[in-house]
Amino acid sequence: MSPAFDLAIVGAGPAGMAAACTAAGLGLSVAVLDEQPEPGGQIYRGVERLAATRPKQLEWLGPDYAAGLELTRAFRKTRVEYFDGAQVWQVEGASEARLFYKRRGAVGILTAKKFLIAPGAMERPMPVPGWTLPGVMTCGSVQTMLKANGLAPKGRFILAGCGPLLLLLAAQLVRAGIKPAAILETQINRWAALPRLPGFLAAPGYLGKGLGLLRELKTAGIPYHKGVTRLAIKGDSQAREIEYTCGGTTRTEPLDLALLHQGVVPNGNLAWSMRLEHEWDDVQRTFRPVLDAWGRSSNAAVLIAGDAGGIIGAKGAEAMGRIAAFAAAADTGKISSGDANARANNARSVLAQHSGARPFLDALYRPQQQWVAPPDDDTMVCRCEEVRAGEIRRLVTEQQCPGPNQMKSFVRCGMGACQGRLCGLTTVEIIAECRGLPVKDIGYYRIRSPIKPITVGDLATLDVPKREEAVGL
Amino acid sequence: MPDYDAIIIGGGLVGTAVAYGLARRGKKALVLDEGDIAYRASRGNFGLVWVQSKGFGVPEYQRWTRRSSEDWAMFSAELQKETGICSGHERPGGVTICLSEEEFSKRAQRMAQLHVEAGETNFQYEMLDHAGLKKLIPSIGPEVVGASFTPYDGHANPLYTLRALHAALIKHGGTYVPNIKVERIDAAPNSFCITAGGVTYAAPRLVLGAGLGNNPLGKLVGLNVPVRPSRGQIIVTERVQPVLPMPTLMIRQTVEGTLMIGESREDAGFDDTTSPEIMRTLAERAVKTFPFLRNTRIVRTWAALRVMAPDGLPIYEQSSEYPGAFVCTCHSGVTLAAAHALHYAGYVMEGALPAELARFSTQRFDAAHVSTAA
Amino acid sequence: MFQLLPDTTAQTLTVIVNGETVTVPHGFTAAAAMLLCGESATRTTALSGEGRAPYCMMGVCFECLMEINGEPNQQGCLVTVAEGMHINRQQGKREVRE
Repeated sequence: MSPAFDLAIVGAGPAGMAAACTAAGLGLSVAVLDEQPEPGGQIYRGVERLAATRPKQLEWLGPDYAAGLELTRAFRKTRVEYFDGAQVWQVEGASEARLFYKRRGAVGILTAKKFLIAPGAMERPMPVPGWTLPGVMTCGSVQTMLKANGLAPKGRFILAGCGPLLLLLAAQLVRAGIKPAAILETQINRWAALPRLPGFLAAPGYLGKGLGLLRELKTAGIPYHKGVTRLAIKGDSQAREIEYTCGGTTRTEPLDLALLHQGVVPNGNLAWSMRLEHEWDDVQRTFRPVLDAWGRSSNAAVLIAGDAGGIIGAKGAEAMGRIAAFAAAADTGKISSGDANARANNARSVLAQHSGARPFLDALYRPQQQWVAPPDDDTMVCRCEEVRAGEIRRLVTEQQCPGPNQMKSFVRCGMGACQGRLCGLTTVEIIAECRGLPVKDIGYYRIRSPIKPITVGDLATLDVPKREEAVGL
Repeated sequence: MPDYDAIIIGGGLVGTAVAYGLARRGKKALVLDEGDIAYRASRGNFGLVWVQSKGFGVPEYQRWTRRSSEDWAMFSAELQKETGICSGHERPGGVTICLSEEEFSKRAQRMAQLHVEAGETNFQYEMLDHAGLKKLIPSIGPEVVGASFTPYDGHANPLYTLRALHAALIKHGGTYVPNIKVERIDAAPNSFCITAGGVTYAAPRLVLGAGLGNNPLGKLVGLNVPVRPSRGQIIVTERVQPVLPMPTLMIRQTVEGTLMIGESREDAGFDDTTSPEIMRTLAERAVKTFPFLRNTRIVRTWAALRVMAPDGLPIYEQSSEYPGAFVCTCHSGVTLAAAHALHYAGYVMEGALPAELARFSTQRFDAAHVSTAA
Repeated sequence: MFQLLPDTTAQTLTVIVNGETVTVPHGFTAAAAMLLCGESATRTTALSGEGRAPYCMMGVCFECLMEINGEPNQQGCLVTVAEGMHINRQQGKREVRE
């Protein structure tokens, strides 16, 4: 049976949408599957609806968000099979790969010659004491609610952590007339970042934007504490205050809502579940799939574009999406590889500009050790299975537990509903620290299908041949 | 001067159970283990402590399994006392559920056979019809025909059991060295030098408890261990309120509340990935058995490789070429964990396997030995 | 803890959050509706029973599990509201039902 599509794309963010437009333009039959009801991904979340019903808020969110309108419009005009509200729960195989999804209550299977995985990024876990309390959320979650729901914090709220998103969210809220009580910025690495400044300066608009955000926050009079070395959120059944140490002094601030953030990392569970080859990026302090310059992964059927392949930002993701689409067109015989090369030139130079800014940003905001391997034994690491840092540490030091998968089987960290998304990086950082080895030598959890929840009934109705001889009495 | 009383290759349920068994007898035990990613049957286990499918035509296997199942409560209590870790062991009896008249009559025949073969050791069982089973487990579906029940069956959490064995081993002065592969074995009768990770360890006893690795390792010490992988696939669901009062052969509820659905049997070589076809078949059978599963969410699926001898029986042997070298391998690392820790370890120290284990000798692979599948 | 920003022309609908009728704009998620209602803990865990609330709002953390139209353990941040939707806290382990 020949595959139903030339290219199936997972994710309708900047990488997925750009890839879809480019591939369809080259004559490929394209399917796009996305979890959300509207295209845009998290970065352009709800942008069409917001422009239609809340145009004033478009100004608050800023031009980088509004830029998503152009791409979503182009995507809407392109002839692709768009599966909105579709959760991809498995992609398996290589030569005859299949994609499994759930949409509107039913499971389906989709075949394609090539698969482009573009599920974007997620916020890096920030395990500090009290981070599981109600009233603690991520900066990204609040930005998502601003975009998707027009919902903003009320009462006394504080942003803590570091990274561009932290400052951007603060400025967006200020523009909406909603002021954070404070920003607590964890230590950043000015000296390590300095040698990488030229690339940042050469990238279009980055410096201006950064300085602009800082100016806005200063003008608004938001208390901005830098160099925070310790954070703890306290409260009985709800976050009531945040304790922070800055310049050797510990202070406490009351709050209703604490918003944490320390950068973003690839949203990697689909790539991990396919056992794609990964490498450790020691500056971004995360694993990422091994890709060639076209986004081809270690599985011949699978390409990866956007932040899922390593953090590059929306514009870089869009360019990478186009580049991967040219590769898919060449690999499926729609264009020659020489043609692909020539056509990809534009996208490559855009990508180069944006990725030029990354080394500086990555080095500046590289989280320091205590923020990725919580020193306090009582800090929750695995939120789902309620496993704390001390338990993981003790199993390594006292029982020589060799790695994250043995850890998972001993204490169940990573076995819960989120399937390790919120504890994977923390667990491997703690093991690496205890064993005195680099994280690249520790590895990562084996991530298992289904990476999105389906029911036993869903699986029972899957349209694949049965294997009675292997099951039963 | 040897460093250890015994070296055990393999840090899974089998290897660690034997090692702990040695350590609790005051012996210095060293466990050599591979790294975080390896073919680890012990991490993919279903977790039954199961008697009623074991040993058709091989009463020795039924007796050995029964013995381990009887010992499990004591074994589990001992581990909990030593380490504070609860293995989750329960022995409420268990059922094998039949979905057709054909399955039911075949099952009845087999149980009758087990009963006869048990002889004076007695084998109690009951064939339950739909109504009878519904009294025991009210949530069965209308398509369930019946089940066989024995009081000997139970289950445990294989992962906590493994963790407890590791902790207990270390508490008793055992040594666990992971992340290495055995590079070399220099063997002489009752004297073994094992080189692994660039270090050489010596002991008068060697136990191969390395699962599928026993096949190549055995050759180095004159043991024929023709084990092959048999792939099993398992589904685990979200936690739900208690719904299954006892384990069934294919579906059980863990102490945490999750439901495990297994398990398939197929020859897939060393491929330990899952396949949608098997998953669908498992899920369909599960939903027929317990319709509530239809709306229950899956958290994870996985495949693992059973360690299978051609006849499905365990392999217990001492090398005749290099006395002091033993092999201990089976596909029921949970069920037999108690027997391995409490008894097999003792045989290793004594330097001789008892007559009751003769049926599991490698001699059965040597000539045209006729055997029945277990 | 949360408020709706002004200046929206979006149409509204009503949902029932923990028994109370609430008006929310079209396109809202069930988790956002809970937060707008000022709910603190939107679930208790199946393990220790401690209270938790939505954390990531993008489908990765599974902290916003709630009971939606009687169906337990739904990710509230991925469910778009519909008229008359019942949204309730998830209390610990779910019960099974056919």
